[in-house]
Amino acid sequence: MKVLVPVKRVIDYNVKVRVKADGSGVDLANVKMSMNPFDEIAVEEAIRLKEEGVASEVVAVSIGVKQAQETLRTALAMGADRAILIVAADDVHTDIEPLAVAKLLAAVVKEEEPGLVLAGKQAIDNDMNATGQMLSALLGWSQATFASEVTIEGDHALVTREVDGGLQTIKAKMPCIVTVDLRLNEPRYASLPNIMKAKKKPLDEKTPDDYGVDVSPRLSIVKTAEPPTRKAGVKVGSVDELITKLKDEAGVI
Amino acid sequence: MVYPLFLDDEHEMLRDQIRRFVAEKVHPAADQWEKDGCVPREILREMGELGFLGIRYPEEYGGSAMDTRATVVLAEELGRSTYAGFAITALVHTDMASVHLFNAGSPEQRAAHMADVVAGRKIVAVAVTEPDAGSDVKGIRTTARREGGDFVLNGSKMFITNGVHADLYCVAVKTETGGPASRSVSMILVEKDTPGLSVARVLDKTGWRSSDTAELSFQDCRVPAENLLGAEGQGFYAIMRNFQNERIVLAAMTMGEAQAALDLTLDYVKTRAAFGAPLWSKQAIRQRLAMLSARVAAARAFVYATAARDAAGEEVVKEVSMLKALCGELVNEVMYDCVQFHGGTGYMRGTTIERMARDARVQSIGGGATEVMLEEVAKRL
Repeated sequence: MKVLVPVKRVIDYNVKVRVKADGSGVDLANVKMSMNPFDEIAVEEAIRLKEEGVASEVVAVSIGVKQAQETLRTALAMGADRAILIVAADDVHTDIEPLAVAKLLAAVVKEEEPGLVLAGKQAIDNDMNATGQMLSALLGWSQATFASEVTIEGDHALVTREVDGGLQTIKAKMPCIVTVDLRLNEPRYASLPNIMKAKKKPLDEKTPDDYGVDVSPRLSIVKTAEPPTRKAGVKVGSVDELITKLKDEAGVI
Repeated sequence: MVYPLFLDDEHEMLRDQIRRFVAEKVHPAADQWEKDGCVPREILREMGELGFLGIRYPEEYGGSAMDTRATVVLAEELGRSTYAGFAITALVHTDMASVHLFNAGSPEQRAAHMADVVAGRKIVAVAVTEPDAGSDVKGIRTTARREGGDFVLNGSKMFITNGVHADLYCVAVKTETGGPASRSVSMILVEKDTPGLSVARVLDKTGWRSSDTAELSFQDCRVPAENLLGAEGQGFYAIMRNFQNERIVLAAMTMGEAQAALDLTLDYVKTRAAFGAPLWSKQAIRQRLAMLSARVAAARAFVYATAARDAAGEEVVKEVSMLKALCGELVNEVMYDCVQFHGGTGYMRGTTIERMARDARVQSIGGGATEVMLEEVAKRL
């Protein structure tokens, strides 16, 4: 079984995000970018399936600017077999919307015919949480979102999902789309010898035109704003003072 | 910050992996290493498994056959960890000690040890400095006398990093070549537990607390003549050549330290209030930090440019000497101001900046003191 793993290049989670002066979005110029952490978990899961003998090949795919090939190289260094880069933007600030991404992924799925798509549940840049679900709808495949455990049993996937207040286990018919949550696994390091080996693994470059998909935006961003800054706190000298303040000033007790 | 002029994707990927390793394995544990006076072997082996200890060595030993640029990324990121004692433990092993074994070692010597060195199973120290000779390598007094098929070593070595716990020591000695001082220095490999080799003192340092440092004693320490590294009498030249690598690594490490200290201090002054506003609102403070940031950015760019030139095979002795002098001093200026802007907190044991300031002090001394480096520069002006 072939596993397809979509990975997105996003602003690194350690970076303090700054809003552009004109409010049109977040400033990404000269900012450190990394693989979306949820996608890293999906890559790790796919590689584990291969190591267990369940999967035969792991293909990583990324859609975005040309620099996303660095993200794909990371997936290859972790253990993916080959990669596909669809260059759909030339400005790092252009974010391809979930529907366009899902359409492109659907086209890749038709070409590659994987038995499973493992995707991050959402990208940490815009938190849309939509691509996996849209892809499932476009393909007419079953979907299991927010996975914290994945087991493949013959023509079904048993997926434990993290839902409000607990866990839910569902059985999804293969082929299917699984979107992964934070607690599924801990992604491995890419060792330096593997980083060097990844340079020799195949990376195909495509464009949306190759798949006949229009990636022009359907949504428009009205405004992006910084969250309000936190006000300075106060230090209290004693528990009694704290209680008094909570009663009289905050009015919470 | 990315340096597309000098670095490739794989360098940034390496940087990411080191940064993650530092966050997950070093930061939670290193305060204990500072107390213990050494870095656990387990950590060095984990670094070995990830390929961090074999960056430049050939693939046949488990290395990645990369160049100076990747080494500089390693040194900078380990410096950024804020635990310079941990950083120097690894960097002495990779770039200051094992280079003697690799560069001068015979195929048999390499085959016997290099795979273990790259994997972190054998840790290496280099013993050149003595109580009466440091950068003045020709002045060493430790001797190796031939006796049958052996060398017998006598003398003492000072300030030896990794000296307490190393598995292999590359030791500079004088042999009876009868030639001038520069042609009587040889390097000899001495394995741990060789009779006659002992740790005379575990040294107690101002900083680099998690790095083990020793005074070593050699008393009729007998090793087979095959342990000679390279040709007899060529040690001085080997040491001088390997110093170049050591110095660019130290320069990169210090700029990692300096940047980490600036980042830490920026966070501090933006939240710490005085006279009703954050310290950041004081022009005197933010302008000092702005200028230091500019100087560190310039020095880092110089480090990367020099590493790229070295990787391309250019002769960069002058630049490397400039870097060692420049960065060793700059990191101390940065630490001085960063402690200053932390106020009383910066003088308290247990704060990161206090440790970093202590750690940085040696950077204008070890690996070639600023004054020695400036003479090397002056000679070439």
